[in-house]
Amino acid sequence: MTEQPVLAVEGLRKTFGDHAAVDDVSFAVPPGGSLAIVGESGSGKTTTARMLVGLERPSAGRVLVDGADRTAPPRGRTARLARARAIQMVFQDPYLSLDPRVTVADAVEEPLRLHFDLDPAARRARRDELLDRVGLGEREAAALPRRLSGGQRQRVALARALAVEPRALVLDEATSALDVSIQAQIVELLRDLRASLGVAYVFVSHDLSLVRHVADDLLVLRRGRTVEAGRAAAVLDGPRHPYTRLLLDSVPRPGWDPARIAADRRALD
Amino acid sequence: MPGTTGETLLEIDDLTVRLASGAARPVLDGVSLRVARGESVGLVGESGSGKSVTSRAALGLLPAGATATGTVRVAGDDVLAMPPARLRELRRREAAMVFQDPRASINPVRRVGDFVTEGLRAGGTPARAARKTAEELLEAVGIPDPRRALRRFPHEFSGGMLQRVMIAGALAGGPRLLLADEPTTALDVTTQAEVISILTRLQAERGTGLLFVTHDLDLAAAVCDRIYVMYAGRIVEEQTADGLFARPRHPYTAGLLAATPRMGSAEPPRGVPGRPVSLAENPEGCAFAARCRLAAPECAAERPTLRPVDGVSVACLRAEEPIHD
Repeated sequence: MTEQPVLAVEGLRKTFGDHAAVDDVSFAVPPGGSLAIVGESGSGKTTTARMLVGLERPSAGRVLVDGADRTAPPRGRTARLARARAIQMVFQDPYLSLDPRVTVADAVEEPLRLHFDLDPAARRARRDELLDRVGLGEREAAALPRRLSGGQRQRVALARALAVEPRALVLDEATSALDVSIQAQIVELLRDLRASLGVAYVFVSHDLSLVRHVADDLLVLRRGRTVEAGRAAAVLDGPRHPYTRLLLDSVPRPGWDPARIAADRRALD
Repeated sequence: MPGTTGETLLEIDDLTVRLASGAARPVLDGVSLRVARGESVGLVGESGSGKSVTSRAALGLLPAGATATGTVRVAGDDVLAMPPARLRELRRREAAMVFQDPRASINPVRRVGDFVTEGLRAGGTPARAARKTAEELLEAVGIPDPRRALRRFPHEFSGGMLQRVMIAGALAGGPRLLLADEPTTALDVTTQAEVISILTRLQAERGTGLLFVTHDLDLAAAVCDRIYVMYAGRIVEEQTADGLFARPRHPYTAGLLAATPRMGSAEPPRGVPGRPVSLAENPEGCAFAARCRLAAPECAAERPTLRPVDGVSVACLRAEEPIHD
């Protein structure tokens, strides 16, 4: 790999009091790549995601975007905008991350107005193009968020994030609140968007069964530390660490044996 | 095999529930289902399908102001016709519910012991005997040091431990019917396995009938003998868990299976196009027709009823035709 990663973290650490929420985590995401960060509650996956976009300041370690150090929170408008141009974040709950008083069209135009010098006609054209990319039409554009279903709202959140043409998207449990039939639609959309736009993903999730379908690489976190990392298919097919194995075994399927999993879990503590 | 010949514990017949506010369609529309002694029955559906409303109806809990027609019988007695005192006794002794979120369902300012013994005490069990039963139950669900745990408060427990407390509370009255509404959805996967193993072990030991409500088809298949699939307030399919996976008969069931991501397969999940029917819509024919890739013109006009096809119950006009690839 000689290509410069679009996103890299080195020795990332975050402590709250004397508790290390994230402890010496390192990874790199190549341009157009996709890394899944998987863990249970308390694994530090969300704290890691928040440090990537500058919502938390790391206690130690570095965050590099296209080789440039972005560890410190941006100061001033120009630096903030530059950072937002590079990485965008999509949150779990589309019911909370959209302003209920702003129509879908205005919500998507807002980042365009902020980041680009477009005349109104060009801005509207770009807005419609973005909405079309995520599968929303004129009817949804005119609607307020509450008129939309969960899946449609998540599409709006994606259109907004993509408006600035970011190099990478951080998706924090972005499909977890959705029904299965809708989640699969969004997964399909994410695959399409990555293939057509070349945007890189950091896909933060508790759901191992999704990983293979959205990510090339996988990082398993437990209590703030990396327990296993590698190509997603390789880790899923041949987990090395007992914790990764436990996580994989825990996913319900026919012939599933919860009593054995419970015993394995106790053995690990 | 338990369930096939056992006595019926829960018997819902043609239950229709309408909300007080002007929804276009009923939340439940002619739902019928059965749970026998010792049987684990899954009730699977997505948000708005009516699965939670159905399970709550078994305890006589209906949405505020809702009207219901049809019958709900627990051990032969009609729940919807019960006077309040009898209903309380039913919830104390015969049927109990494990809710999704233990933090929202267990009073945070009272001790865990109060929660577990509440039903017993209200039913007249002396304090000492109730405490002893509670200790045994906490032991059975794997809470360390049960005697001390009884004196602790809910915030001192993790989510998984508190869900075990809820299971202990639900089992305290010795119910013959256990209703579990997404009991592990709020938990981590490894914790889910532990809670499920406790729930199914106790259910098997006690011969309790279990109605397991979930959005997760794979989890339902791992836990249940038989599964009902709901869509837009109706049961669209009912068959054995194995049969459902091997040969789903309703296109919605097939769609759900295809949409479920599989860890061991490179085949990506396929979404079901469109979105679920909201309460403001009341399509004339099959509620799934608008999203169904097999829909024929008659599907939008005629409402399919649940009917037997090759030993499976399915509500689809085209159920005889093979639907999966």
